[in-house]
Amino acid sequence: MHRALRWWPIALLITLLVAPYSALPVPGLLDGPLGSPGSLQLLALCLLYGALATGYDLLLGRTGLLSFGHALYFATGLYATDLGMLELRLPFAVAAVFGVSCTVLLALLLGSVSLRVTGIGFSMVTLAFAQAGSILVQRNPGGVTGGEEGRSAPADLLPSGLLGIENTANLYWIAVGYLVLTVATVHWAVNSPIGRVWEGIKENERRVEVLGLRPYGYKVVAFVLSGALAGLGGVVYLLLTGGATPQAATSDATLALLVMVVLGGSGTRWGPLLGGVLYTWAGHRLGDLANSTAVADLPAALRVPLSQPLFLLGALFVAVVYLLPGGLARLPARVRVARSARTVRASAGVRTARPTGGTPA
Amino acid sequence: MDTVVLLFCTGLGLGALYFLVASGLSLIFGLMDVLNFAHGALLSIGAYATWWAGAEAGLSFWLAVPFGTLVGTVAAVLLELFLIRPLYSRPRDQILATVGVGLAVPALLMGIWGADARPFPQPALLSGTWHVFGATVPVNRFVLVAAAVLLLLTLRLFLARTRYGLIVRAGVEDRAMVTALGIDVRRAFTLVFAIGGAAAALGGALGGLYFGSVNPGQGTGLLIFAFVVVVMGGMGSVTGAAAASVGVGLVQQFANYYTGAGLGDLSVVVLLAVLLLVRPRGLTGRLA
Repeated sequence: MHRALRWWPIALLITLLVAPYSALPVPGLLDGPLGSPGSLQLLALCLLYGALATGYDLLLGRTGLLSFGHALYFATGLYATDLGMLELRLPFAVAAVFGVSCTVLLALLLGSVSLRVTGIGFSMVTLAFAQAGSILVQRNPGGVTGGEEGRSAPADLLPSGLLGIENTANLYWIAVGYLVLTVATVHWAVNSPIGRVWEGIKENERRVEVLGLRPYGYKVVAFVLSGALAGLGGVVYLLLTGGATPQAATSDATLALLVMVVLGGSGTRWGPLLGGVLYTWAGHRLGDLANSTAVADLPAALRVPLSQPLFLLGALFVAVVYLLPGGLARLPARVRVARSARTVRASAGVRTARPTGGTPA
Repeated sequence: MDTVVLLFCTGLGLGALYFLVASGLSLIFGLMDVLNFAHGALLSIGAYATWWAGAEAGLSFWLAVPFGTLVGTVAAVLLELFLIRPLYSRPRDQILATVGVGLAVPALLMGIWGADARPFPQPALLSGTWHVFGATVPVNRFVLVAAAVLLLLTLRLFLARTRYGLIVRAGVEDRAMVTALGIDVRRAFTLVFAIGGAAAALGGALGGLYFGSVNPGQGTGLLIFAFVVVVMGGMGSVTGAAAASVGVGLVQQFANYYTGAGLGDLSVVVLLAVLLLVRPRGLTGRLA
């Protein structure tokens, strides 16, 4: 039984892959049946953010680097691919390679600068760089980025199999593929020799130095790998939403990733994925909730907070930090510990109740 | 010439606003190692409380500003007592909790008063202009600079001359040692949070004058430049923060005027990158 349960990721993957063929209604969770384009679009977004959070956790949970600028690399992949098609007239596949290469270069450049400071200074510097990128995108230099409205991807350069509502399943499969790639890359990297050094850096950077290793280079590798995964995520996002918008580059986007990782459980294999899926799904459903008549009829003291998804998510985040340290992924282990502690206490109670019991220990 | 003077005064005003936010941020970080992401929210609370008192409750501006500052201070103290203190043994979670507050408070303000900017009441005394070396400069720039200079002097006096200032300075140097000497550093934490919250809320109130309106995202936008100032000035140093805020404000204004719009904000970040490459420990050489 336990051996069969170990294969659950494969079973989940197969379920995910065949989902577009299913017409199963999932009332409450999704609006339409499972295989409908609307549901597939939402599912694909959930999986995409799950993968992005997994890639972000490479920095936060695996190397102990609190970066506040991850959205910059996501947005670079998104915009560079889009602009490669629009301005340079590259075909989609070439533009995607161009976008990811731009992201890797930018991550290498900014990572090697910002990793010169450690601890919280690093967080602030990454935040400043990401803010610069966000401002640049919104100010619309030379009319290239399209400012507040962003720019939609050119339909004539995209493969026809990725266009139109009837091809949503293809986009969904691409999102699944991106997720598998991210999870596999992170798993492989964390278990590689470099990954062991990352773990050491996270636990105690000074000791890694004492062992004769230079943490700087290892941290740059983690930063670039994580940035590259985010850039690829930007390409998938471009396909899913059909355009690039400046919201992708804002610091709120990075904070959203942070919330996902902390919600799911930083430093665990499946936690960030779970957090990303839940957060994205909740974000969409809370938006619906905010516009629903049930909320509109409530008194103002309840209606105002409930109609603000960001307020709910911020409050949820604070609650998770307090009540669930380690996130959802560590919840089963915490419950188990609490339960075994209770049984130990109970059996201890039984023993003290019968002090003259005959069985010697 | 008059353009240069106007840009100089406006840059100083902006720098003063940054200093109001960054001084508290820097002290909080220096003493407690908490990067307070909710500081922008405290600024927004101060700005909205001032606006509410002035525009909705009908108080005069001179009463509305102390009211807004008081509300911001109370919010900061509550934040420290109920959110930061229980997480004392988990430094990273302290930061994450402030991130959550930083997300929730602007959203709540938006829910109550809407996403649009609200016009800020301008008292007649401060809405005029002064003529300085041939340039016409709005008075509110000088109000901000005066408030920042006053805050800098007060903070320096407080840190140098009072017993609590001594504890704060010692705590910034070595918190464990101060605790070992039998001093309850946690009271200094609350105090520093109160000072930081008051300064940020005052910044919000006077920022309303500077921008002419308040909107829910204002605090978060200013916070990021305040972070830049804190890193540049060396974390925990009030004087370093003052020098860095003047530099950042001036560079931003001049670059925004003489090059394309938005390049000023970018040049600030480039300045930060260059400074970190040359002096990784900031202007005053302190970094945790």
